[in-house]
Amino acid sequence: MADVASDARVDLTWASASEIASAVAAGRASAAEVIDAALSRVAALNPTLNAFTAVVAERARAKACALDEARAKDQRLGPLAGVPFAVKNLFDVAGLPTLAGSKINHDRAPAARDATLVERLEAAGAVLVGALNMGEYAYDFTGENVHDGPSRNPHDTTRMTGGSSGGSGAAVAGGLVPVALGSDTNGSIRVPASLCGLFGLKPTYGRLSRARSFPFVGSLDHVGPLARTTRDLALSYDAMQGHDLDDPVCARRPVEPALPALGREIKRLRIAVAGGYFHRGVLPESRAALERVAQALGASREIELPEAGRARAAAFVITTAEGASVHLERLRTRANDFDPAVRDRLLSGALVPAVLVQRAQKFRRWYRARVLELFGDVDVILAPATPGPAPLIGQQTFVLDGVETPVRANLGIFTQPISFIGLPVVAVPMPLDPMPVGVQIIAAPWREDMALAVAHSLEQAGVVRSPKPRTVNGE
Amino acid sequence: MADDSLDDYIAAAAGVLELPIDPAWQPAVRANLELTLRLAAVVAEFPLPDEADAAPVFETGS
Repeated sequence: MADVASDARVDLTWASASEIASAVAAGRASAAEVIDAALSRVAALNPTLNAFTAVVAERARAKACALDEARAKDQRLGPLAGVPFAVKNLFDVAGLPTLAGSKINHDRAPAARDATLVERLEAAGAVLVGALNMGEYAYDFTGENVHDGPSRNPHDTTRMTGGSSGGSGAAVAGGLVPVALGSDTNGSIRVPASLCGLFGLKPTYGRLSRARSFPFVGSLDHVGPLARTTRDLALSYDAMQGHDLDDPVCARRPVEPALPALGREIKRLRIAVAGGYFHRGVLPESRAALERVAQALGASREIELPEAGRARAAAFVITTAEGASVHLERLRTRANDFDPAVRDRLLSGALVPAVLVQRAQKFRRWYRARVLELFGDVDVILAPATPGPAPLIGQQTFVLDGVETPVRANLGIFTQPISFIGLPVVAVPMPLDPMPVGVQIIAAPWREDMALAVAHSLEQAGVVRSPKPRTVNGE
Repeated sequence: MADDSLDDYIAAAAGVLELPIDPAWQPAVRANLELTLRLAAVVAEFPLPDEADAAPVFETGS
């Protein structure tokens, strides 16, 4: 790794979290100057990227000051000391209403306490600088938002970031922060990671606490980090692990650090490419990205996830019905205040007969059992992350396999059958020109370490990389 | 579902749930519901044993 830690100064416009933390720990940069640089960059670039919906400058400066004071007293700093980060605005930030991308939630009381993951990152020394744009109530794959405007892709600001964690994608890919948190119900971390050229980790369902984040679909909601390096994913993921009584889904598992796994030998891993369903609707860029990753890993074998199309259908049904139940009262009383497209999907979701939702949940258990059987024979499965690179903002359709297909519902066709059964995935970026695109590295439940080790190996080999945008605002 | 019967279902179910559906929203709500029902049928037609449990399992407590 080209570690800026050995340099006199740190390039704060593109430094990784681990570079910043080691510079701050060694006294080569103060937390205050790191945070000031991040805040300046947000001020300069956010009018273009529309990534942030709130900036907590005063809080961030106070935290940075406390870190610098702690260092002056020779107190031990955490592994993320001085690292600026931001969170999708469905995470509670004390003092702010939790918007979840909506207009309606502006009327909520300010959060009394930070989300668990914000607390854990800050306990490791990271510094929250703000809250990020997202698709309304996370029911989105585009990163567009009718209330706040679309977040914009730093590689081409006329293009989508992907959603629903669109602001998270724009903030990290634009170099505003090295790490951001997103949520992923059907692909909302992996889709923006793919379209913005980032590494994204959707952990195993139940691994990371969702406490004090605004829900979408409790059966399927995950939370996790986006970053520009695998090391930063692992660092932030490790800092966030651990049981949390405030999230009933959060597993009673010990912290299983992934950082030590990054250098692990992966030659013996059995790696296969997802076939069948995952071959259909793939644009040439995503096909090329997958082939390059498979070739670099020597993965020539193909494996079929049985009934993956039906799994996607079942995820769709559960999503719309459970999402509608979250918003039932708001649909009754504030229907005009929703994004009309989200409202119409949720109204429809409220009308889905319960027997069909229950069938989808029964199918989910069947599908889980079949896919888990596959992991007796393989360790890691590769699949496209999105059908192709970022569509234009506002683009309604794209042509997949010769058929004009709606963009919004289909950006997640390859992510949905995976999150449906909660498997851990690292999305890795292929730096294609002009627009990057991602590949999913999928592992068995609780084996985030394995997916991260494979991602790291690809990164070390120069196969995948988070590309720096050529220019944003002429910078 | 035939045209009228789906519209009737939407009106009746929305009435039971006290959900206001503006006539202007009806076509989009209907289109979304048609898509959902089509996908739900794909799931429901898959044969599962009567004993199949749903994915979420309730735990009484430790």
